[in-house]
Amino acid sequence: MKNKMTITEKILAHRAGLDHVEPGRLIKVKVDIALGNDVTSPIAIQEFRKAGGKKVFDKNKVVIIPDHFTPNKDIKSAEQCKMVRDFAMEQDLVHYYEVGRMGIEHVLLPEQGIVLPGDVIIGADSHTCTYGALGAFATGVGSTDLAAAMINGEAWFKIPSTIKFVYYGKLNPWVDGKDLILFTIGDIGVEGALYQAMEFTGEVIQQLSMASRFTMANMAIEAGGKNGIIAPDKTTKDYVEKRAKRPFRLYESDEKAEYSLVKEYDVSKIEPQVAFPHLPENTRPISEVGDVAIDQVVIGSCTNGRIEDLRVAAYVLKGNKVAPYLRLLVIPGTQEVYLQAMKEGLFDIFIEAGAAISTPTCGPCLGGHMGILAAGERAVATTNRNFVGRMGHPESEVYLSNPAVAAASAVLGKIGSPEVVCKN
Amino acid sequence: MKFKGKVWKFGSNIDTDGIIPARYLNSSDPKELSSHCMEEIDPQFAKKVKKGDIIVANRNFGCGSSREHAPIAIKAAGLSCVIAKSFARIFYRNCFNMGLPILESSTIYDEVEEGDEIEVDLKKGTIFNVTRGTEFHAQPIPPFMQELVQDGGLMKHVAKQRR
Repeated sequence: MKNKMTITEKILAHRAGLDHVEPGRLIKVKVDIALGNDVTSPIAIQEFRKAGGKKVFDKNKVVIIPDHFTPNKDIKSAEQCKMVRDFAMEQDLVHYYEVGRMGIEHVLLPEQGIVLPGDVIIGADSHTCTYGALGAFATGVGSTDLAAAMINGEAWFKIPSTIKFVYYGKLNPWVDGKDLILFTIGDIGVEGALYQAMEFTGEVIQQLSMASRFTMANMAIEAGGKNGIIAPDKTTKDYVEKRAKRPFRLYESDEKAEYSLVKEYDVSKIEPQVAFPHLPENTRPISEVGDVAIDQVVIGSCTNGRIEDLRVAAYVLKGNKVAPYLRLLVIPGTQEVYLQAMKEGLFDIFIEAGAAISTPTCGPCLGGHMGILAAGERAVATTNRNFVGRMGHPESEVYLSNPAVAAASAVLGKIGSPEVVCKN
Repeated sequence: MKFKGKVWKFGSNIDTDGIIPARYLNSSDPKELSSHCMEEIDPQFAKKVKKGDIIVANRNFGCGSSREHAPIAIKAAGLSCVIAKSFARIFYRNCFNMGLPILESSTIYDEVEEGDEIEVDLKKGTIFNVTRGTEFHAQPIPPFMQELVQDGGLMKHVAKQRR
């Protein structure tokens, strides 16, 4: 029994002080990090106060990142951010990041070493599952769960069963983690992993950069998953060791671990993917996209706002021009990514191509600000959701892709392959 | 707890952006949020809905974002209960935490028409279609979730445990 656990079960069992857990069991655990943003924290703070909360359980472990409607998009957003800022000051929170130092939460936390392998992390943001790429248990919750954790540092979970995804074969050109996860969601559907853990494994995963791994874990929620997780290896250790300021623990699944389902994918058959409106499961290979004219391209977000994403976009854009009447928005995920991109000369490429570069924000991804679509407009975005009205008007459309396809589409004025744009 | 109300039917994969678009998340005022409830799917919904009405949906209701604004908007719009074939997990958890009654039923969606009057007995887990005289059984609520409901939501549950 003890030697038959998945990595998700092991982390949760260990943190609950148990030798063994099985799917369905209810446990209560101490969390390492409880996260909120400028949209979800206000409700959590209200609930915290209503319940008589005076001090958060640990000022090092409650993290608030104002990233959704910042820089403040209007007066109401400014009031919400002020409430959150006042709370961070009052509670002396160690990890509160103001505009200018702030980044998109799920890019920022791993980069700053705030979340580490083996952690249990809850966040009042559905894409909290991103940190599973480090070999942590990380899951999205609502504001009330965050409020409770701010008081007692605890959260309750039902142990999820796990679906194992095995990726093998040789990756095609222009295919990265985004395509693997879109393909997977296209295969199993938007509730294909409902309530379950998604464990990404196989020789291909071991070859992926941390950036691509974050992208994959990030979109576990788009298949209904409770968490996405990747066992730590040398790539993980190299990434974490220079950032961690506290000890961390590496877990892996037992060889005899039990899975509810095992899916195997030969990646040599996977092309760059595009998810058509209005669900992430509506995926098509790039060769079958047809003629889809577009008005805007967004490269960024917690899914694809890392330096590797900007590098590949710049590679495609170099020497090319953004199509007439099309807006290309490039949004580095954090200030560190921004600075790095600038140092590498990527901004010269973006600006010479005709792109706008923004300070880090979630902005357009959720139809907040900084790139809202009008009725009838279409965007290609490296973001994570293409629901009705996600980037603006209910009659606008969002197509999801990787950064290379997004950059190529910006040049072509329609959805297209980087192969067409990069002839060299 | 018993509720009686008129049915509003919704399909599969109703996401939280559809329930409450993100452009309204610069407020957490329940009344304001409720005025935009389901706006992306039916712009007139918030005006049409009457106190006590019940949403009956197909699969994966509440998928997408973790925003608690979604169940807050539904509750503040006067809806007494949401019944679906299945719920997305964060939405499911949020409902129990903040006190919006929800039930999973694999059968009622296909056996009810919009506008039917139904009666829900949360404790028994039964749904009675008053208009058609048919009865359905919902999936039982897990014991821990029942405890949350009895305590009046997660924060009251936490407060009780701290006493």
